[in-house]
Amino acid sequence: MLLARIVGTVVATRKDPRLEGKKLLICRQIDPDGNDEKGYLVAVDTVHAGFREHVLIVQGSSARMAQGCKDTPVDAAIVGIVDQVAQD
Amino acid sequence: MYLGKVIGRVVSTVKDASLEGRKLLLIRRLPHGPAVVAVDAVGAGAGETVYVCRGREAAFAFKPQEVPTEASIVAIVDTIEREL
Repeated sequence: MLLARIVGTVVATRKDPRLEGKKLLICRQIDPDGNDEKGYLVAVDTVHAGFREHVLIVQGSSARMAQGCKDTPVDAAIVGIVDQVAQD
Repeated sequence: MYLGKVIGRVVSTVKDASLEGRKLLLIRRLPHGPAVVAVDAVGAGAGETVYVCRGREAAFAFKPQEVPTEASIVAIVDTIEREL
């Protein structure tokens, strides 16, 4: 799973009917210290995350196991809002 | 599957219901890979070398519950023997 920061939203009117009502957020991958890394991805929000929040993203077919994503065309889902990352 | 080292913990209050009660650990892929977050299935702790399963199969560690994860810690490594 990846750590990421929410940097924007995506609006799409014409989309797969199974994606209707789902929030699509643009996420920038971050390292454990909170610094930006290369690349971004669009993920479906399942935990009501908001702008600038740090989140946990699950990628691949496991994303379909997130709440409300069963049998939907989703390969990246936000499954948690990160409060803190503690490093040893 | 690959070997990783536990380098930290991730705290999350608002999360998917099936992740509740699960330990989220920060793993560094050995020897010099990127840091990823993995769900702990075996009770691993700080600094330990662990065996990480990734992809769709990572969720199988928690069957019959369906946990949305693509990286799970499925074993704690005691020793590694290798030539080279």
